[in-house]
Amino acid sequence: MKSAITVGGATNWFVDRNIFSSPDVYKQELERIFRRAWLYVGHESQIPKVGDFFLTKMGEDSMILARDQEGRPRVMLNSCRHRGMKVCRYDEGNTKLFYCPYHAWSYGLDGRLVGLPAQKESYDESFDKSKWGLVQVAQVATFKGTIWATWDQNAPPFEEYLGGAADALRVGLGPWDAGDGEVEVISGVQKWIVPANWKIVAENCAGDTLHDVSHRSVDLARIGPGEGVGRRDPFGKLYLTHHGEGHGLLYEKFDHTAPREHYSASPETATYFQMTWKKRVERLGERAGNAPVLGNIFPSSGFHVGQPRTIVAAHPRGPNETELWRVFLVDKAAPPEVKDFLRRYYISYAGPAGMTEQDDMENWAYATEGCGGAIGSSLQFHYGAAMGQSHQEPFIPGSVSDQFWSEQNARQLYTRWQQFMDAESWDQLRFEDAR
Amino acid sequence: MSTHDKLAHLLLMREIEDFLYREADLLDEREFNTWLELFTDDIRYWMPIRRNLSFKNRDRDISGDGETAWFDDNRRTLQSRVNQIMTGVHWAEEPLSRVSHLISNIRIEGEYRDIEGAEILVKSHFLVHRNRLETETAFLAGRRHDTLRRVGDSFRICKRKIIIDQTTLTVKNLSFFF
Repeated sequence: MKSAITVGGATNWFVDRNIFSSPDVYKQELERIFRRAWLYVGHESQIPKVGDFFLTKMGEDSMILARDQEGRPRVMLNSCRHRGMKVCRYDEGNTKLFYCPYHAWSYGLDGRLVGLPAQKESYDESFDKSKWGLVQVAQVATFKGTIWATWDQNAPPFEEYLGGAADALRVGLGPWDAGDGEVEVISGVQKWIVPANWKIVAENCAGDTLHDVSHRSVDLARIGPGEGVGRRDPFGKLYLTHHGEGHGLLYEKFDHTAPREHYSASPETATYFQMTWKKRVERLGERAGNAPVLGNIFPSSGFHVGQPRTIVAAHPRGPNETELWRVFLVDKAAPPEVKDFLRRYYISYAGPAGMTEQDDMENWAYATEGCGGAIGSSLQFHYGAAMGQSHQEPFIPGSVSDQFWSEQNARQLYTRWQQFMDAESWDQLRFEDAR
Repeated sequence: MSTHDKLAHLLLMREIEDFLYREADLLDEREFNTWLELFTDDIRYWMPIRRNLSFKNRDRDISGDGETAWFDDNRRTLQSRVNQIMTGVHWAEEPLSRVSHLISNIRIEGEYRDIEGAEILVKSHFLVHRNRLETETAFLAGRRHDTLRRVGDSFRICKRKIIIDQTTLTVKNLSFFF
């Protein structure tokens, strides 16, 4: 396709607005991005036992995430091979079989076709059951409790795909004390549909520092977990960092020797935080003060790992619609009253009723609408804030923007987006080549 | 039930209906701070999520304590929601949405004694219509389980469990109340 990006001069970096509204572009994205990239599909704590399953999505497709008899996570298309009916319509559960209610084809936890009616009477030996199992993804990976999948067998291994963003997930998805303890998903998934293009959500998650004004009202209303704080406890010094693989992140740096008075609205949580923070400093020393805050893993798996602590998958549903699936994370070892306080804080912050995210959805929806008209779709967006100003920072992987008010992470997202849209295969997307 | 008891029940029903209709009206008239006065300091304002589960697991299709939810507010966070609207820069509600609460199927459940401080379980259904900006329209239906506490000649709501029918919300946000 013709490049949607125009670069010309020190602060001129433009993206065509029609990529946020064009059905043709959207169709290509499903093929070229969502069929090739690694996508977040779930968390180990959602399928702890053999036979546990959990419905998820990849692009527009409904997927089953199941733990098979060998204990491995399987990611399979939720569509009967016979006539396409969903073989699972339960959001979660435990089973031995996925049984199609249409013509009774049934499948094992590993996706194998194990039964169909009248097999002896109606099919001869040329019918090869092994070829008619549920369609499986090409690769599945687990990373610090999260589960990811890709349809492309030529996609690089997941850690290579993460590149420099691996550090943020390794630290951010682990427990507060940086030890070996587990982190779990708070049971249940928030799912809701937003009339917005998925890229606007991804751009927001990738570290769009300039959208702070969106959240003016919560900073005034004070919804934070400390007494009298805006929407979060105070940050350390913030750093935007970006990676050629398309990922954008926000880090913070604290002086690890300075006291941190967090979660003062909940004495139990404050105590747990102090205990884990002390252990974290013992384990990591100066690095304890370096923490990922949020980010987006290309194309649209977003996360917050500070306040709140949550993963959101932005599933595309058309050029003008995105289905958001949000889960919240807590240390498995945290006391129940701590988990409960954090759960309440997290959902008061994020999700459709979250006081912070409510305002995002308003902006995303009407920004998308603005890309729709004959004139609106013919224009370009300006992404030129703080161009070419980045450096290396100790303990923070990737290029760090000199300016906090920078659109570097968005530029990285759309640069990678263009590479995916142009490339015929992963051979042209290997990071060394793409760079 | 004696005629006296029946009459007492009828009067209480009317009083409760009137209370809930007035509450709905305060929301639709955007008298949010006055609306907040109808809640006790120990309020739990809770909207669990719903999910699709098999018949044998149907009892868990409303998320429970400790699970994720749409709302799980106490007095402090409920007040924050009102304060947020009152900032005038809460973009999700600026300009304000037009909201209509239709409350029906009101009934009293279980035993109660209508004395000061007594708690009465009241169930109702809602249909909430939200219209916003030009054509943005949402209809959300469900049930409410309220616990009303008798305070003088009125009530305060000390627990509200909102059981919405949708699993995947087809509305972009929940910047309004139920």
